[in-house]
Amino acid sequence: MKRRQPGSSWRRFAIGFPYAWLVAFFLAPFLIVLKISLSQTAIAQPPYTPVLDLAAGWRGVTDFFNGLSFENYGLLGSDPLYLLSYVKSIEIAAFSTLMLLVVGLPIAYAIARTPRRWQAIFVLLVALPFWTSLLIRIYSWMNILQREGPLNDLLMGLGIVKEPPAWLATDTAIYIGVVYSYLPFMVLPLYASLEKLDESLLEAAADLGCPRWKIFWLVTLPLSSSGILAGVLLCFIPIVGEFVIPDLLGGSQSPMIGQTIWTEFFGNKDWPAASAVAVVLVFLLVTPIVIYQHQAMRVAERD
Amino acid sequence: MRKMSAVNVAALVLGLAFLYIPIAVLVIYSFNASRLVAVWGGWSTRWYAELFNDAPLIDAAVTSLRVALASATAATILGTLAALALARFGRFRGRLPFAAMIYAPLVMPEVITGLSLLLLFVAIAVDRGFWTVAVAHTTMAMCFATVIVQSRLADFDTSLEEAAMDLGAPPLRTFVSVTLPLIVPAIVAAWMLAFALSLDDLVIASFTTGPGTTTLPIRIYSEVRLGVKPEMNAMCSIMVGVVGAAVIIASLFVKLTGSRGAAGR
Repeated sequence: MKRRQPGSSWRRFAIGFPYAWLVAFFLAPFLIVLKISLSQTAIAQPPYTPVLDLAAGWRGVTDFFNGLSFENYGLLGSDPLYLLSYVKSIEIAAFSTLMLLVVGLPIAYAIARTPRRWQAIFVLLVALPFWTSLLIRIYSWMNILQREGPLNDLLMGLGIVKEPPAWLATDTAIYIGVVYSYLPFMVLPLYASLEKLDESLLEAAADLGCPRWKIFWLVTLPLSSSGILAGVLLCFIPIVGEFVIPDLLGGSQSPMIGQTIWTEFFGNKDWPAASAVAVVLVFLLVTPIVIYQHQAMRVAERD
Repeated sequence: MRKMSAVNVAALVLGLAFLYIPIAVLVIYSFNASRLVAVWGGWSTRWYAELFNDAPLIDAAVTSLRVALASATAATILGTLAALALARFGRFRGRLPFAAMIYAPLVMPEVITGLSLLLLFVAIAVDRGFWTVAVAHTTMAMCFATVIVQSRLADFDTSLEEAAMDLGAPPLRTFVSVTLPLIVPAIVAAWMLAFALSLDDLVIASFTTGPGTTTLPIRIYSEVRLGVKPEMNAMCSIMVGVVGAAVIIASLFVKLTGSRGAAGR
């Protein structure tokens, strides 16, 4: 596309303004987190040392670098609390992503098979809960899952359980909350790729006598793998860092990593430790994205 | 051949039931007359009436709406410019890091976004409050706005814009009179998403707010973290109703203006 030079001030503005904003409010803050993760806790305002003192000239800069240490990262390795919350976060994210796939796939598939003019309505119906506050949706589960709540009433009424089980403050509640909250994130990308599926391929398989479940397994699933991958990433990554769901529905004995950062920060006021936990989490999450990008580029090259 | 099997219908019905029953339960319980949430005491609107006497809650709601208005507007402007830069300006120096910074916040856990912005605000020693929350929400939401507007820009080809330029329209003029009218539905959708994200956010606001500025989610969170409260059922039902109505109206609007694919997520 050819561009003429005279209007380049508009072009500079359209690129420069959002660029500057992101550098100031996304990149710079992250560099500060990185820096503070290498600092030590101090009883001061701000509660960490060293503080970069540019007024002291070169002396200030060297003092600053000499004051940095990897101590906080050592702490992450030595205190099992941190390790356990990383493991717990990844465990919950992995299992709930799997559950989301199992629950989401039939729904996405069913929407893709409804008459075309209805599909937009079903997509809207799936997306609508996402627009309402996550806090509210999780809170609605607190209503349902409480000991004298409707779920236990139903289970007791049907005679499935004798004693009302405690749902809140368990991992089961976290799984319910996560699957509920992230279902739109799984169904919508799956639907997007299933909807593009060439039906003649399915018909060909059926004409050749392939049973329905086998068509699904051998034709539908492989052809929708891009949607599956997108859905898995869209769910897995944010679930790892989730705070609201485990905090309201889960127990306090084994926190997820988002809760650990929150407690270190607000409870223990240990900013350097919170920053170190955050930096490790970012690298943990960046890895699957880089792998995904790499895969996507290989696919693009192949085509 | 589009036949739905019984399994398909069951999946659809059960899936939608799973999505909507909790919200329905919330709304039904908000009309429960009993203070004990679990005990049904007949229909009543007393909790809605009590909301209006809860001055701190109303303050928080007003604060949230103001933050959402400011940040959604700023995020939509920034996001539209960024989308234009990514979709129309070809290669420019620093495009790759720019794209990375647009997409990274989409998957960044809110805890980390909030923490890092707070540390920035502390480092530059600004008083935290309304504006710091608004800036934080703008940063988070502009990336979503970019994605929506960008997908709309990718939907139509550049020939109209090129025609305008060939006829001598300068780039800014081309944008205002050709591109902008075409992407209005996406801009509306982006603004609404940014508004909803801001209204919804608890974590980033908790980190970046200061004394005296309490948003609605912060208020609701501090009320409900110890258990279910009937007033909160009423408050949440109102929010669900407002957001639901807004989204449905917006979808109709997008449909009626004859555009497709703009509602995005």
